[in-house]
Amino acid sequence: MGLTLGVTVTYLSLIVLLPLAALSHRAWGAGWGAFVDAAQSPRIVSALGLSFGAALVAAAFNAVAGLAVAWVLVRYSFPGKRLVDALIDLPFAMPTAVSGIALTAIYAPNGWVGGLLEPLGIQIAYTRWGILIALIFIGLPFVVRTIQPALEEIEAEVEEAAASLGASRWATFRRVLLPALFPAILTGFGLAMARGIGEYGSVIFIAGNKPNETEIAPLLIMMRLEEFNYAGAAVIAVAMLVMSFGLLLAVNLGQWWWGRRMKGVRA
Amino acid sequence: MSNFASRTAPRESALVRWSLTAGVLVFLGLFLVLPLAAVIAEALGAGLRVYWESITEPDALSALRLTFLVAAIAVPLNMVFGVCAAWAIAKFRFRGRGLLLTLIDLPLAVSPVVSGMVYVLLFGLHGWFGPWLRERDIEIIFALPGIVLATIFVTFPYVARELIPLMEAQGNEQEEAALVLGASGLQTFVRVTLPNIKWGLLYGVILCNARAMGEFGAVSVVSGHIRGKTNTLPLHVEILYNEYNTAAAFACASLLAMLGLVTLVAKQVVGRLARGAQDDGVGSELLAGGGAR
Amino acid sequence: MSIRVSNITKRFGRFIAVDDVSLTIPDGQLVALLGPSGSGKSTLLRIIAGLEQPDTMGEKGKAAAAIHLAGAEVSATKVAERGIGFVFQHYALFRHMTVFENIAFGLRVMPRATRPTKGEIAERVNELLGLMQIDSLGGRLPSQLSGGQRQRVALARALATKPSVLLLDEPFGALDAKVRQGLRKWLRKLHDEIHVTSVFVTHDQEEALELADRVVVMNRGRIEQEGTPDELFHRPATPFVAEFLGQVNLIKGHIHNGHAILAGNVTLPHNAPGLVTDGRQARLYIRPHEIELSATALSHGLPVRLLRVRLAGPTVKVEALGPDSQTLDIELSHDRWRQLNLNPGDEAFARPSDVRIFPDDYAI
Repeated sequence: MGLTLGVTVTYLSLIVLLPLAALSHRAWGAGWGAFVDAAQSPRIVSALGLSFGAALVAAAFNAVAGLAVAWVLVRYSFPGKRLVDALIDLPFAMPTAVSGIALTAIYAPNGWVGGLLEPLGIQIAYTRWGILIALIFIGLPFVVRTIQPALEEIEAEVEEAAASLGASRWATFRRVLLPALFPAILTGFGLAMARGIGEYGSVIFIAGNKPNETEIAPLLIMMRLEEFNYAGAAVIAVAMLVMSFGLLLAVNLGQWWWGRRMKGVRA
Repeated sequence: MSNFASRTAPRESALVRWSLTAGVLVFLGLFLVLPLAAVIAEALGAGLRVYWESITEPDALSALRLTFLVAAIAVPLNMVFGVCAAWAIAKFRFRGRGLLLTLIDLPLAVSPVVSGMVYVLLFGLHGWFGPWLRERDIEIIFALPGIVLATIFVTFPYVARELIPLMEAQGNEQEEAALVLGASGLQTFVRVTLPNIKWGLLYGVILCNARAMGEFGAVSVVSGHIRGKTNTLPLHVEILYNEYNTAAAFACASLLAMLGLVTLVAKQVVGRLARGAQDDGVGSELLAGGGAR
Repeated sequence: MSIRVSNITKRFGRFIAVDDVSLTIPDGQLVALLGPSGSGKSTLLRIIAGLEQPDTMGEKGKAAAAIHLAGAEVSATKVAERGIGFVFQHYALFRHMTVFENIAFGLRVMPRATRPTKGEIAERVNELLGLMQIDSLGGRLPSQLSGGQRQRVALARALATKPSVLLLDEPFGALDAKVRQGLRKWLRKLHDEIHVTSVFVTHDQEEALELADRVVVMNRGRIEQEGTPDELFHRPATPFVAEFLGQVNLIKGHIHNGHAILAGNVTLPHNAPGLVTDGRQARLYIRPHEIELSATALSHGLPVRLLRVRLAGPTVKVEALGPDSQTLDIELSHDRWRQLNLNPGDEAFARPSDVRIFPDDYAI
């Protein structure tokens, strides 16, 4: 055991802890002033807000769409279901650069879908809509794969009980099934959003990268690094980490609160 | 548990069922299938000859070589690490175990750009070790070592995350039995532990490899984008695309897409084999898996 | 509200769960569907509830399946609209709702037009909490309750909407023996107070005989016999019913002159039922407490040798070896045993006072 633990710790230290230390050091070295400056730069604020906000909206969409997908996959049968089920993992398995250029090709003004919408005056690629589409794409598997096992676990008897008590299908869904699925939906949402905040490859092509409009935070970090503005990059990185951490905390809080309701700490 | 698909009551009306199914299929077709189709269409759009030339062009080939090389280094290292970490965490209780678990999950919570950035902060021109490296003419950032390091960072959780729940579920009894029978630690590991975790290990390696070969963001930061030297295949795709060399970009992208599809298939196959081999389905723990960022 | 099911058949793949069953349950009665696993009793209950659909493809010449609740044909009506209450073996309580919310559920999901006010709902729930003797548990969650408490909540929940029929699927199956016994008595009392037509499914014959006004014994998808517990116990119509209810001895013999002849040439005076013809092999069912034991020879008595005696219990149980090496379980009072002054190993005579005779090729 000592050997394996030793190897593990050494490896981790080199690969993770050291770089993290460098990050904290750099961010710390930048000083509080740098953070304040960053907070006042409209461009940075806009980029951070975009990364966070788009991830939020995409994850919320995925929570609903993912629930529908998981529902159909678990409860209904249709030809080719196994294939469809396997395909859900596609955004996982596909390199992000590939997803990025593929999505751009489709939604660009001369693309398959973009071309259809252009005469209607609707533009998707190079706008915030494009970013949303990309984030929905990569976030979907997180939600579906978290909800599927939870759905499979629901006992049939509980739904039968609700029906025997006179509940319509919709009432059963709203009052019995949805509450039971809440933890899974929340987790899936959290995972999808966390992934979306930091996403780079799938988004960078379709975004258009207009400062203050479609520029995502990771891109700003890249630019700072190219300018050798390490401190500036570190500041934005730390801001992003704080956002992700905050999200994780919020999700865990939500789960804890729900767990308390279920176990009934009041009595 | 009743089989949902064949239950008769209570169920939503046939209209609801069919509309929902149709809606979901349209949504998935639009979001999942369309991009895949686009890659194929654009890659072959300019004809087979252009396709072939794009992927055999020297810069493309060296990008391919680099991608394989990086994976060939990062994946085995992470495999060994993953096994060690899972072994230590699953079989023993020690202080700091929780912290270790959190650290292992860390790269998954961090943006790939940040993942690459931390190495620049360490080894870049103005990084901690920057001057020290420059003196000795050692290149890490904008060279192979940097790319390998960044790739290792973003892919190391995968094997560990697959193995830890698996080994925890399997418990210590078999290893203890082996030790009692006189086997050494190494023998126990090779003859008892390894066969039990082989499917989980394979699954983790598949995910790890997919991410290692497809990683974009992290590698983009540390690479320097020097054609023919420090471009992995995903970076090469980006360069071609930004030069409006669309057909070539998609041609190279199609290779990566094929990697993605092979990963998907392998996932399904190994997942099924793993479920068959063990009661405590590896499948149920195989959740947030691979992919590049 | 009376229940009438006609010509119900249900197949799952090739397995026939319910085989052309017709049954009437009078209004206000507590009826047990009794049988071993796979007898179709749960399936029949679920069909009445509307949780399963009977096969509509009847065989030629047979009437179509029908389910009547209070005279109205309901096989096309959905579960939610049949006005029944259903209690599940594993309670199926809504885990994220309190006891109060669980019980109130049926009232809260009623269509707006007929839904009672919040005050009325609260009144009804509290009434039920009192009836079930779980007054203090209203704010608890199911995870905080014992099995017996959960089942009472499930019952309260089912009764909240004042259903005209109450269906219970092995309601006490998941509970400990002692809890089960207590709840049995309590359920009977409840039924006496409320008089809702109730049907419960059980595989425990003691439970059925103790609780029900009428018992329907099912086996392999068919009804073996239907009647009061007394009728079923003392006058079983088939070997299956005789074996399933209570303790019973099975002796083989053959028919001669309308009487049963056992090994050892002992003739039993009982008349064999009309449909049993001479010369045929017969099965005789004799209850342990309906055997007279004597140290001296008895007319129509079987010579037996006593093997084991169990004295620890309300009655004395004797295991004896009869002719043809068939074992006989005999039950008698402690007083009688003391009078007899017998010991294990002794020879004695056993005479059945009541016998059920069936031909041996009777298909079970």
